[in-house]
Amino acid sequence: MQLLLEQLINGLTIGSFYALIALGYSMVYGVLKLINFAHGDFFTMGSYIGYTVLVLGAAALTVQFGPWIGMLSAICVAAGSLTIVGLLVERVAYRPVYPVGRLPAVVSALGASIFLQNTIMLIWGPRYQAYPAALIPVVRFQLGGINITLLQVIILVLSFFLMSVLYYIIQRTTFGAAVRATAHDRDTASLMGINFNRVILFIFTLGPALGATAGVMVGMYYRQISFTMGWNYGLKAFTATILGGIGNLPGAMFGGLILGVLEMLGAAYISAAWKDVFVFLILILVLIFRPNGLFGEKIAEKV
Amino acid sequence: MSALAKIFKNTPWYIPAALTALIIYPFLVSNYFIDIAFFFGIYALLGLSLNIVLGEVGLFDLGHAGFYAIGAYVTAILNTRYQIPILALLPISAFAAALFAYIVCSPIIHLKGDYLCIVTIGMGEIVRLALINNPFDLTGGPNGVFGVDFPKLAPGIVIDSSIKYYFLIWAVVGLSILGLVSLQHSRIGRAWNCIREDGIAAGTTGINVRHYKLLAFVIGAGLAGVAGNIYASKLMCVSPESFTFWESCLMFCIVLIGGMGSIPGVIIGAGFISLFPEIFRPFAMYRMLVFGSVMIVMMMFRPGGFWPRKRGGVSFRSLLEDTVDGAV
Repeated sequence: MQLLLEQLINGLTIGSFYALIALGYSMVYGVLKLINFAHGDFFTMGSYIGYTVLVLGAAALTVQFGPWIGMLSAICVAAGSLTIVGLLVERVAYRPVYPVGRLPAVVSALGASIFLQNTIMLIWGPRYQAYPAALIPVVRFQLGGINITLLQVIILVLSFFLMSVLYYIIQRTTFGAAVRATAHDRDTASLMGINFNRVILFIFTLGPALGATAGVMVGMYYRQISFTMGWNYGLKAFTATILGGIGNLPGAMFGGLILGVLEMLGAAYISAAWKDVFVFLILILVLIFRPNGLFGEKIAEKV
Repeated sequence: MSALAKIFKNTPWYIPAALTALIIYPFLVSNYFIDIAFFFGIYALLGLSLNIVLGEVGLFDLGHAGFYAIGAYVTAILNTRYQIPILALLPISAFAAALFAYIVCSPIIHLKGDYLCIVTIGMGEIVRLALINNPFDLTGGPNGVFGVDFPKLAPGIVIDSSIKYYFLIWAVVGLSILGLVSLQHSRIGRAWNCIREDGIAAGTTGINVRHYKLLAFVIGAGLAGVAGNIYASKLMCVSPESFTFWESCLMFCIVLIGGMGSIPGVIIGAGFISLFPEIFRPFAMYRMLVFGSVMIVMMMFRPGGFWPRKRGGVSFRSLLEDTVDGAV
């Protein structure tokens, strides 16, 4: 029972990384019907920028303002820089291509991913980099016999906060309604006076920023980052997106959390080496029985 | 045969030109460049095999490296354990990969577009992870299997040098192209293209959509298995890192850069993917940056691929539409 609860907490922590990344995939897919392969590299780049901020300024910041400000500034700088990178990638790689069709955009996205990954390698080098240790004081809480670290609490609180903010924007504000309308039917939404370019601006600002936040948190949690890690996390997050029902934002959040929990339970009760196999098998089984994902709506086929 | 005869009569100029270049090339350059051309051939074969699934039928398959891996590992394991000759294993690996595709794809073939895409990604990753985890002590874990033999064509004729491998792979590519061209012009090829353009319409005109989609996967996987067989004997060893998701993405790019459903296009796409990083070796660390940028620029100027197929190819209209329902 204790093991189960601890694995649930670990799973939720990893799941919240997946969920934050998956939101970026899901928003872009919802509006553009494009699998944004470069999104995993946005995540990696965010992680590296956070690393640079912490290595260069952590000591000074931490001495003056305490560890919290160090962490928050890393997240803010990473997220802020990635909004710029995201908009640039959209402008250069996607905007000229997506009016032509979906498949050329996929190749363009893969090209952008290769480009970003190699940019990261050229700037920070091909070796693993380590986040500074003990950025957040190592505090363990005992809750009914289970251990939770302070870092896990921060990650969970911060990611749930970000997800709720995004959920609020999308579901409760007028602009969110515009985004949902565009995802539903771009042409009709444009005819109703919704500015398509502003919607694009919105998704390519928020998506990469959320990915970068996840990147900094992964760096703090595992303390080791590499320039190729975007592929793996991107793949898992994309899996989470599909699991929840593609283009469905609450679906992507739950998909990410479910995926993280499944992965940790698989690692604990089946075998650590086979945990990813287990995750993909569950995904395939879910799609066989629910072809539109767990929370996806059935879309009527057009004739 | 009459179909083949008709094709030979209407042979376009570039086929004899390409054939001549292929035959002269290895006698002009060093072994290093012959090996590069060998891998060009492997990628051409893999591109052709994915082209059946992605180009002819329009099914998104981003796990094709899984079928390639099955072919390579079946060859490596049966050869090192039971000393079965490589050429005898060629049809066996093709059959194993095809059978695997049939079993795995049967339950998922009804999925549409991106859902099929993620399931094939999952399938490819499961194959790779299973190979790493060394089930039943067969696959050698992350190190793979060593000591695969040379193929023996006849007693005394052993394919053991770069130039012989070069001719082997390009002979196989040539034979596959002949087969695929006649397939394109057959009832099967027309059914595939019909499903790609409009799956629902294809169903209503009496085409068994499920059956033909599965057939494309089975044939495509079989051809990838053949590529795996030759790859394993050329490298003399196989390891899981040759069959990553990245490899599947490269095959996907080969088909899209060349032009969906276009055989000369796929060959050009394979050339681009395999030769580009070699030609730009002087740029060292920057070459992959250039590679990524060229992919983006290429899609801006030639979204239909470098050599789009004309008759029966992907129409511009279907590219313009957001979702090609049924076909995708």
